[in-house]
Amino acid sequence: MQDDGSEYFAPPVPPAAKSEEATAEPPMVGPTRRAFLAQTIAGGLTLAALEALGPEAALAELGLPPDAATGSASVAAAEHTARVTLTVNGTAHTLDLDTRVSLLDALREHLKLTGTKKGCDHGQCGACTVLVNGTRINSCLTFAVMHEGHNVTTIEGLGTPAQLHPMQAAFVKYDGFQCGYCTPGQICSAVAVLDEIKAGIPSNVTEDFTARPRATNIEMRERMSGNICRCGAYSNIAEAMAEVAGRSA
Amino acid sequence: MRPFSYQRAKTPAEAAAAVARTPGAKFIAGGTNLLDLMKLQIETPTHLVDVQDLKLDKIEATPDGGLRIGALVTNTTLAAHERVRRDYGVLSRAIVAGASGQLRNKATTAGNLLQRTRCPYFYDTAMPCNKRVPGSGCAAISGYNRPHAIIGSSDACIATNPSDMAVAMRLLDAKVETVRPNGSSRVLPIADFHRLPGKTPQVETNLAPGELITSVTLPKPLGGTHLYHKVRDRASYAFALVSVAAVIQRDGSGRVAVGGIAHKPWRVEAAEAAMRRGAKAVAQRLLAGARPMRDNAFKIPLVERTLAAVMSEARG
Repeated sequence: MQDDGSEYFAPPVPPAAKSEEATAEPPMVGPTRRAFLAQTIAGGLTLAALEALGPEAALAELGLPPDAATGSASVAAAEHTARVTLTVNGTAHTLDLDTRVSLLDALREHLKLTGTKKGCDHGQCGACTVLVNGTRINSCLTFAVMHEGHNVTTIEGLGTPAQLHPMQAAFVKYDGFQCGYCTPGQICSAVAVLDEIKAGIPSNVTEDFTARPRATNIEMRERMSGNICRCGAYSNIAEAMAEVAGRSA
Repeated sequence: MRPFSYQRAKTPAEAAAAVARTPGAKFIAGGTNLLDLMKLQIETPTHLVDVQDLKLDKIEATPDGGLRIGALVTNTTLAAHERVRRDYGVLSRAIVAGASGQLRNKATTAGNLLQRTRCPYFYDTAMPCNKRVPGSGCAAISGYNRPHAIIGSSDACIATNPSDMAVAMRLLDAKVETVRPNGSSRVLPIADFHRLPGKTPQVETNLAPGELITSVTLPKPLGGTHLYHKVRDRASYAFALVSVAAVIQRDGSGRVAVGGIAHKPWRVEAAEAAMRRGAKAVAQRLLAGARPMRDNAFKIPLVERTLAAVMSEARG
């Protein structure tokens, strides 16, 4: 596993600026937020410098034991790695991964698809929501090696800045975000919620379980409860979903 | 997270044998609870046997008019199944009262039955917990025990079972079908599936080591009005303080089971004889022998009031 320990240097709180991956803004000119963060963390040590040192020396430089990146110094690597082929946004990728790598970390750290966000890493916040074979799940609560042959759709696969998915466009139109950190998960979840309603899946606020559920405001609020927004953009998210669902909120 | 090796089993018997013969091995299906616990090193399996290829993802009618639910049927699929919504509405309602859409899409029927308590002291590896480290003590008994059990608990453990689905399964008298490492199968009534903590709170079910759940069967439908009323600290995506699953017939008779108050879904069949006499009469029998803690005596009147709400709703 190519683990440079960089996950330990992630900013502890979501950045305050809108995420470039999540919105319709054109690509930034000059240094990206991501490159800027990478250059300013770890007390001036750049990621590039740490990579040049190699993992053990880099960890020592930071006062961490040599096993800090893997959890154990005496791991027989061969039996704890596995090869997996994932199709992500239509492209097949074959990866040799430590079995412990979550689908989320495979997307972010190995495929460098950083649109999908790590929030709580325990399935409580929904920032990591992606679609696997068309179904929304928390990518932090599943191992990448369990997804051999699966089709994964991330925020990058839903639409592009030039050609937004209708849900992305509606989030922009209705201000369905402030800081933007939860937004990729919110949008993936929102797209799936409308599909789930269409498929007749009931929710805790559905009154008649023998009738088809409708895309009402209260249905969408209940179904989105696995996606937390610390900025509190909930009412605007519901408005955006209502527009895509073709109903007024 | 501790390192682990990984394999995908092809048959239930192969999976059961693999877990039985490999020290430190566990099954993994949806993984939503197991990964959470592995990241905190509360669960430290050294080998995972992935059961996703076992073809246990069907829901089918049984010859006696019931339903057989494959162990790998997701919570979403089960709640949305046409026959479950129509004939076992309490089960659909209990499932959608739990977790989030993302979690229900991944979590399986068997995994839901095997999920572990959300006792905050079980989750805090700096605290003693007889369930996590047998013999280390229980920090909840002298700690903040508002969410904990009020009945069936022991001096070793006051944790609750967190499942909503299991409360409905208990109400419906579901049966758990398993395969054992030697390839033989058996059936456990849901009433005998989960255990009370006693002196061994780390042993939560009566499954033998390596024994794999293959399906859960429901007997033929009960008719009546199906209700699941969950009381919690926020309207969605929170565990129950108290929940009541009920199937109530037109004459006021019926069944009730309660979640959030014990180490297993709490049902006392003798209490159901009092259904037509009202919530107080039922609650008195249901909670006979209750032993509330410092912070959760409120659950006793809350059970009665939730029962009253359910009975009132059934009357229409």
